[in-house]
Amino acid sequence: MYNSLSNRRSFIKRMAKLSAVTAAAAMFPGIIFADEQEAAIPNGANINWKKGPCRFCGVGCGILVGVENGKAVAVKGDPNSSVNKGLLCVKGYHQTMCIQSKDRLTHALVKKNGKYVQTSLNEALDIVANKMKETIALHGKDSVAMYTSGQSTIPEGYVASKLMKGAIGTNNLDCNARLCMASAVAGFLTTFGADEPMGCYEDIEYADYFITWGNNMAEMHPVLFSRMLEQKSKRGAKIIDFATRTSRSSTASDKSILFEPQTDLAVANAICYEVIKNGWVNNSFVEKHCNFSKGLINMGYGIEDKYKFKDKPEKINFEAYKEFLKDYSPEKVSKYSKVSVKDIKYLASIYGDPNKKVVSYWCMGMNQHTRGTWMNNLVYNIHLLTGKISQPGNGPFSLTGQPSACGTAREVGTFTHKLPKGVVMNEKHRRLAAKIWKVPYERIPAKPTYHATEMFRAVDRGDIKFIWTQVTNPLVSLPKTSRYRPGMKKDSCFVVVSDVFPTPTSDVADVILPASWHIEKSGLYGNSERRTQHWNKMVEGPGETTPDAWMTIEVAKRMGFSDLFPYSKENHVEEIYEEYTQFHEGAKHGMAPLEVLKRESGVIWPYVDGKSTQWRFNAKYDPACSNGESFHFYGKPDGKAVIWQRPYEPAAESPDKEYPFWLNTGRVIEHWHTGSMTRRIPVLHKAMPNAYVEFHPEDAKSLGIRNGENIKISSRRGACVLPASINERGLPTKGQVFVPFFDENMLINDVTLDAFCPISKEPDYKKCAVKVEKV
Amino acid sequence: MPIKSYLAHAHGGQKEKLINALSELHDCEVTPSENQDILVLVTDTPDDISDDILKKKIEDIDSLKILTLVSGFNNPSN
Repeated sequence: MYNSLSNRRSFIKRMAKLSAVTAAAAMFPGIIFADEQEAAIPNGANINWKKGPCRFCGVGCGILVGVENGKAVAVKGDPNSSVNKGLLCVKGYHQTMCIQSKDRLTHALVKKNGKYVQTSLNEALDIVANKMKETIALHGKDSVAMYTSGQSTIPEGYVASKLMKGAIGTNNLDCNARLCMASAVAGFLTTFGADEPMGCYEDIEYADYFITWGNNMAEMHPVLFSRMLEQKSKRGAKIIDFATRTSRSSTASDKSILFEPQTDLAVANAICYEVIKNGWVNNSFVEKHCNFSKGLINMGYGIEDKYKFKDKPEKINFEAYKEFLKDYSPEKVSKYSKVSVKDIKYLASIYGDPNKKVVSYWCMGMNQHTRGTWMNNLVYNIHLLTGKISQPGNGPFSLTGQPSACGTAREVGTFTHKLPKGVVMNEKHRRLAAKIWKVPYERIPAKPTYHATEMFRAVDRGDIKFIWTQVTNPLVSLPKTSRYRPGMKKDSCFVVVSDVFPTPTSDVADVILPASWHIEKSGLYGNSERRTQHWNKMVEGPGETTPDAWMTIEVAKRMGFSDLFPYSKENHVEEIYEEYTQFHEGAKHGMAPLEVLKRESGVIWPYVDGKSTQWRFNAKYDPACSNGESFHFYGKPDGKAVIWQRPYEPAAESPDKEYPFWLNTGRVIEHWHTGSMTRRIPVLHKAMPNAYVEFHPEDAKSLGIRNGENIKISSRRGACVLPASINERGLPTKGQVFVPFFDENMLINDVTLDAFCPISKEPDYKKCAVKVEKV
Repeated sequence: MPIKSYLAHAHGGQKEKLINALSELHDCEVTPSENQDILVLVTDTPDDISDDILKKKIEDIDSLKILTLVSGFNNPSN
């Protein structure tokens, strides 16, 4: 009795402490409680600490999971990881708490006569394989699709790609990284011809200025933000927040500059205008290492089904580019961006000062943009014009949102157009894939098929008749779920969902497969700074939970592809990785061997002669540079990066009389993406139990809206009712409302628009027109 | 038997002093932030009167700038 009372008090004290830690994380940007990580450890425990990467976000913090008697009992930051140096954010050190959730999917469920029936995994996999085969036989190979994730491990993504493209012979594979990273990829490829950042997190130790473009790092990348704050207090480094909403990041920055949605395009051009006008161009760098190009304009927004676009790049010269920029003087841009002339000039002067090192950071604000590729190009323009790139403390850095958006979605290539090396459109790349996969070269189709949005449109139209989603929750995360939810419910499509917990997506599945969670399987992730991270299985999963990679392999075998999937259940992760690394051999993308990854807390690629390459394209650090110059942008055939002429164009939908507000959506520090994991962590759920709609106080006043009142947000697509939030977490600009998307009970994506960047096909979740009404 | 958690803000540069002062008090558990002048404080007292007395002692600490209550539980003694 005494014990139980004592345990209860300890539990309550722990909950009280966690509540305070979580509250602090929400209130004070970048705050870290290192001691808290040890607090969960039971007295006298015999803990075995196992290393791995964090399950949440793309920063890729190293974690140590404390395992006792086969259970994960604690999590702490890995002091050997150079990413987080032992620190973790509030989500990080609570992460394993979700595993024990009572509604965990532990067995396969098959819908029979409208009801889910627990079924053996073997039988469920038989059903999936038979249905896939039957659908292909009846409707052709392009009638089946897989939709995977930036949270899939490298082996999971690899076998999905091999099954769809190499075995079945369809490019009907895309992933949720299309929703967050595709514009970054298209930006890198168009400017440099090679994907992923050239720098690394160590830039933080050297930069004088951090300019964050539409990026709330204090809530989304808190450990990196805490590293920036440390440099701010230690060395006087400055943080400039450039955004459409005042957030926790803005208040912790040295300066917050707000702009009108979509006008970041114009401001970036205005910065280049000023850099040139004031003679701040690094002429020798530009002459030696840059070309100038322009592409098509007025591309549209992809709102209509089967929309197609192909850019037509055309070389221009510096003079033509200067002429183009005349429309972007600070005075002209200030009028519609609502950024003062003084602030535009201030931003330009930071980039233009040859004695200051500058890192630009961005994530969803620039990527989830109907001109996302252009926006990425434009920030690269600034760094290229000033030569501030590929050096410690100088460079543009696109951050990722998911733990393996880089490692899996981008490097393995789980997009419709991608292969593990290169793209399906390139014959050489198809031949390499066919050789490693041991399939006929002709089997890999040369044309991409459906990107994410179009894939779910095809489901709705009845063109796709079988879809298998893994490690993702599209019916919360897609834009315009008001169309795609009814689409997925249609009898015309057989839906298979692999997941750890029930979600609104598994609610429409015909078969639900019980997936292993992160630490219940071995795996590899790749983070934002090109760091590959390996971990071994740490605990057993419940019931018949199984790694997604193994379920894919089992289905492939049942479909008659055993010879292509010769992996063993015990060692499939290692065997797949060994096969996969053949794609990246060489100095430009060499991956570290497994024995190194097992020893180290992550290793950055290119890994050449036992060394990571921290700054690509700089001959001082990158052994792949071979042009005899200081810099070599070897992704492009002529070794030169491209400065793109990209204009300002308006958003796909802007506020009007009927729908007078901008809607911006995003995330909060307590929850990760659609909340299917973090809402099952009691302390995080209690700290942020539901979504809300933020108003500017003057808008709230003029509409007579008070804090907590229920408000209906409607667009031309759908509606959502949420409580009002005024002067709480964030502060949108006047005429704008902000809603976080983590809450499956308040589906704001029923309201959003499925317009996307025509080049990257990434949707814009940050801009559409809505009206607000009290209910 | 009240259990409460607070965020305690130290005056600039006085975090160590505040940690020491709070650690000297019975029924207080302190978790300092690694990188800011803020501490998480959990108090565990036998009854409401002791809780009030402890709170007054905490508020009298010179190095304390602000004390913000985050959560409160009243756990029955049996």
